[in-house]
Amino acid sequence: MNKDTSSINSLENEAIYIMREVAAQFEKPVLLFSGGKDSITLVRLAVKAFYPAKVPFPLMHIDTGHNFPETIEFRDRLVKELGLELIVRNVQDSIDEGKVKEESGRYASRNMLQTTTLLDAIEEFKFDACIGGARRDEEKARAKERIFSVRDDFGQWDEKNQRPELFDMLNGDIEHGQNVRVFPISNWTELDVWSYIEKENIEIPSIYFAHKRKVFLRDGMIWSAEDGIVYRDDNEEVLEKMVRFRTVGDMSCTAAVLSDAVSISKVVEEIRDSTISERGARIDDKRSEAAMEKRKQQGYF
Amino acid sequence: MEVLKIATAGSVDDGKSTLIGRILYDTKSLTSDKLKAIEDKSEQLGYDYLDFSLATDGLMAEREQGITIDVAHIYFSTKKKSYIIADTPGHVEYTRNMVTGASTSQASIVLIDARKGVIEQTNRHFFINNLLRIKDVVVAINKMDLVDYSEETYNKIKADFSELMSKRDYQDQKITFIPVSALKGDNVVNKSDKMPWYTGDALLQHLEDLDKNDVFNVGTPRFPVQYVIRPKTEDFHDFRGYAGKVYGGELSVGDDIMVLPSKTRSKIKDIYFYDEKYQTASRRSSVTITLENDINVSRGDMIVKDGDLPTIDKQFTANVCWMDSENLTVGGKYIVQHGVNKVLAKVDRINHKINPDYSGIDKEATSLGVNDIASVSFKLNKPIFFDQFKNHRTNGSFILIDPQSNNTVGAGFIQ
Ligand SMILES: Nc1nc2c(ncn2[C@@H]2O[C@H](COP(=O)(O)OP(=O)(O)OP(=O)(O)O)[C@@H](O)[C@H]2O)c(=O)[nH]1
Ligand SMILES: [Mg+2]
Repeated sequence: MNKDTSSINSLENEAIYIMREVAAQFEKPVLLFSGGKDSITLVRLAVKAFYPAKVPFPLMHIDTGHNFPETIEFRDRLVKELGLELIVRNVQDSIDEGKVKEESGRYASRNMLQTTTLLDAIEEFKFDACIGGARRDEEKARAKERIFSVRDDFGQWDEKNQRPELFDMLNGDIEHGQNVRVFPISNWTELDVWSYIEKENIEIPSIYFAHKRKVFLRDGMIWSAEDGIVYRDDNEEVLEKMVRFRTVGDMSCTAAVLSDAVSISKVVEEIRDSTISERGARIDDKRSEAAMEKRKQQGYF
Repeated sequence: MEVLKIATAGSVDDGKSTLIGRILYDTKSLTSDKLKAIEDKSEQLGYDYLDFSLATDGLMAEREQGITIDVAHIYFSTKKKSYIIADTPGHVEYTRNMVTGASTSQASIVLIDARKGVIEQTNRHFFINNLLRIKDVVVAINKMDLVDYSEETYNKIKADFSELMSKRDYQDQKITFIPVSALKGDNVVNKSDKMPWYTGDALLQHLEDLDKNDVFNVGTPRFPVQYVIRPKTEDFHDFRGYAGKVYGGELSVGDDIMVLPSKTRSKIKDIYFYDEKYQTASRRSSVTITLENDINVSRGDMIVKDGDLPTIDKQFTANVCWMDSENLTVGGKYIVQHGVNKVLAKVDRINHKINPDYSGIDKEATSLGVNDIASVSFKLNKPIFFDQFKNHRTNGSFILIDPQSNNTVGAGFIQ
């Protein structure tokens, strides 16, 4: 295995620099925490950036109510161990208040609904910077993101009119009501994130490792048949397989992959040899060719 | 593993996005689902070939219009290097996005359509690459398949371009010519058998062999203070650390330093990276420094080695790339962001506008329009601590922010 870590070191230095710029340039930053590997990596970077002081901003989780129980458990333990502040806002509340309508049918997901809850929370707390774990290698619209990405009063992304971003100078000047989405790990690939998790020995939720799970097959993808969150037709047969998850978004849009990678080093090996992209197992991107861009325009992470 | 950052350049439709897609395809860097998406879309658009530009043109508007609007950052690796390629737009209207992509790159690929040769936008992009002092430039003469892989055409374009080169300011820039067909894959990843007259390497091989050149870091150490860390906890009651990134050179424990602008002297006590102490902070590392003496240091101050000072001044002259649709005018007020330091600035003089084809300068200019490049003198309300861009890439550059719109409206290179 390649133990040369110089490229991961330079990515880490860049991310720490970005974290510090956020703390210095904004009054009320927040780190958007999903419980996934990318946001866990962000937390690690934030802790390193401000040591020995504590992280000068809270974490916020927009809970769809459809999370893997393992990630919620993990989240609560993480913030407790690190002494971080956690804010949780629930999509269920937005549904109950009639602000959004639950989708129905086979492909029902709460992933889209998150945006409303997120924008409301930004307004409620007057956050002016939201740090997210999106990476440019994930998806073709994300490849176009700046590191500091300005959103208007409606949280929208004006993709055809982004600020130039030169050298490593980050311009965080905004008007009242606007906010900036910040992506410290923009230049990381999926493999970089896993290599970093391995190198730093970072703990991650168990669903990222191969485990036995009751699943069913649809559209060539493997869906969890546990917890009853993903809609399943009666004729869709439940099987037991060794699987793991490559991303842990909302359960209703995250498919599993067959795997026997039970340790970080096995996962790193598996990713290195993988011939399908990470978001290949995300049904939310498959809704249409430009699904991600449309969601981003509306204020999605 | 070594990281190489590259940007593309060249006029609209010269084949930049296609070239990158081709590199991804031939190095098997496209995952099966991404390749499938390109196949499906190409078929839907009625092409009888794979349109590789779809690998990078990710926005709806780009895919509809078949042009690139904003930079895409693309990642792939070989056994030897990991590459970050910025695919930039060729369209004049989006030149600011081209500069964005090029500003962090170590090498650049300037594409030329073999049927069209050197045109205005080629000049402009080459000029910007030279202004940015990008060390290695590949001039890829593309679409050779459409000119029968003609050596004559290639030589003609090479001669035209060489004329441009001879006038460039930064003469140490290394320039290499390669005839390619991005669409067919000739001389991109694999050496072509259609151009036996070309004896050089294919593009990727050339990139693999580029020297590791640390262009961002030549110069003396500069440490702009980004953030002051004061934990005020029991264990770290009196801890006062200065967080920032080291540029230009290294800093070590025990170094005699000076804090600017106060010119207070002290010594480096400790260098932290997270909870570990180091003897030396290497270039481009994001560290936290503590000093022997309790002095007042805040964001925007700069720590430098004693006796190795930058220029400290309330005025300077710089080459400016103007990027806004509103003109820059004499007397106009802007914010200069120099590293992490922001100061108010006033345009004192426009010395001259520069024609990007090196055909001369315009001394009469009183304002700058979008995409203009000019030598401009500024007056500041507070001193900044700078080096010349040619001696210090990070400490010699800045951006201009319009205080009304908050937009980044220009980039500058201090002379
Ligand atoms: N025959 C031929 N066509 C090519 C070649 N390279 C690119 N093209 C075609 O030229 C057109 C423009 O290619 P793009 O890759 O989109 O050009 P670009 O330089 O990225 O354009 P902008 O990003 O808009 O500046 C497309 O139709 C390509 O298929 C080539 O080597 N040979
Ligand atoms: Mg293009």
